[in-house]
Amino acid sequence: MALRIGAAAAPGRAPDNKTGSWRVFMPIVDMEKCTHCGTCTLACPETAVSDEDGEIRFDLDYCKGCGVCANECPAKAIKMILEEN
Amino acid sequence: MLQIMEGSHAVAEAAKLCRPEVVSAYPITPQTHIVERLAEMVADGELDAEYLCVDSELSALSVCLGSSAAGSRVYSATSSQGLMLMAEVVFNVAGMRQPIIMSIANRALGAPLSIWNDQQDSLSLRDSGWFQLYGEDVQEMTDQHFIAYKAAERHDVLLPGFVCFDGFILSHTYEPVDIPTQEEIDAYLPPYVPYNKLDAKSPLSMGMYATPDYYMEFRYETDLAMQRAGNAISEVGKEFGEMFGRDYSMHTESYRMDDADVAFVALGSICGTVKDAIDEMRADGIKAGLVKIRTYRPFPAKEIAHALAGVPKVAVLEKNISLGTSMKGIVGLEVKDALTGTGIDVYSYVVGLGGRDIRKKDIRAIAALAEKGEGNMFYGLRTELL
Repeated sequence: MALRIGAAAAPGRAPDNKTGSWRVFMPIVDMEKCTHCGTCTLACPETAVSDEDGEIRFDLDYCKGCGVCANECPAKAIKMILEEN
Repeated sequence: MLQIMEGSHAVAEAAKLCRPEVVSAYPITPQTHIVERLAEMVADGELDAEYLCVDSELSALSVCLGSSAAGSRVYSATSSQGLMLMAEVVFNVAGMRQPIIMSIANRALGAPLSIWNDQQDSLSLRDSGWFQLYGEDVQEMTDQHFIAYKAAERHDVLLPGFVCFDGFILSHTYEPVDIPTQEEIDAYLPPYVPYNKLDAKSPLSMGMYATPDYYMEFRYETDLAMQRAGNAISEVGKEFGEMFGRDYSMHTESYRMDDADVAFVALGSICGTVKDAIDEMRADGIKAGLVKIRTYRPFPAKEIAHALAGVPKVAVLEKNISLGTSMKGIVGLEVKDALTGTGIDVYSYVVGLGGRDIRKKDIRAIAALAEKGEGNMFYGLRTELL
């Protein structure tokens, strides 16, 4: 995203702010335990978790590492790990 | 044509000649006569502008910011506590790159309450992203309004600016002043062309949220714009000189600096007193000179270093106090920085706070202190009170 003078932006440009850079812990999922119940996709405040084609994906451009998905997962399939670098 | 005019009324005339489309301000001593006069001009149909009366300075500058964002040329004026109440918006105007011009009739800050002159108010906002011009007399501060608009609105600048002048000493003084005609100013200052503006047909937000990934780059860009503002002020100041015979291509003015042993650095009306004191000192064989700072932001460090090259002692006269710093004055710190490595001794002298008079004898006494290497101090304290 190129900077625009005066921090000006057209509507709908909020996704340009990739809030994932705030993250300290990142989620990982154990697909052996996952039941595809969808709780994580609903609980994520950033709607950064999706369950498509049998796979749980975390959109790390916007995942802030809050851990709500891991906390809410009934199967305890999601773990938060310290993200180095 | 020269006319005898009160400083505030000359500023109001200058503002009018710049054809602002929106004026919003809140009256505060000693700025009041400026905005009263502008309100009269709007009421009498002399100035075709929206004059918005508001409840506070915070609202006044907020109205100005919105109006500027909508594409209007905007003017305001304030002093002291009023500027402090605006402070949150002051920084936002600069970050949103809106070329608003605001007159500052310099006044001390409370507490204790004072309506009298020093320069603490505008100097305290030196890091806000507004360029700052200081006038020595009514003519200079009048001319600086035309220059300020022309520089601010350039698309390689797009920054707001303060035109500062000492409250009462200049705002309430009657002096002969040459007010250009509307035709002349129209030829000098073309209508404002916004870089971008609020428009319902092409929606835009300004001053958006920037994450840690972007914020620093915005600040960097604003700093680059401030550096370009220096060139712009110089160029449009030169152009002003070509049209009106009063040249403002320099950010500083040197007075009797040839072979000076001691040089004063100062901003604003005190420079007149300093020049008279220098004439006396030169007649008595004391080689003194003055470097007057006209553009304080962006700080003309190179120009100042050039003007002061080879002078052994520099005395910076400060109508401000940077509480808790070793030099005590705001400007001295920056002059000293500009002279790093030259071996020149730079001293600050805090004078004239809260309207205390500064006389020729005080200037001479400060020159003697600088010669002895005594400085970074208050000058003229009433020790019997302490």
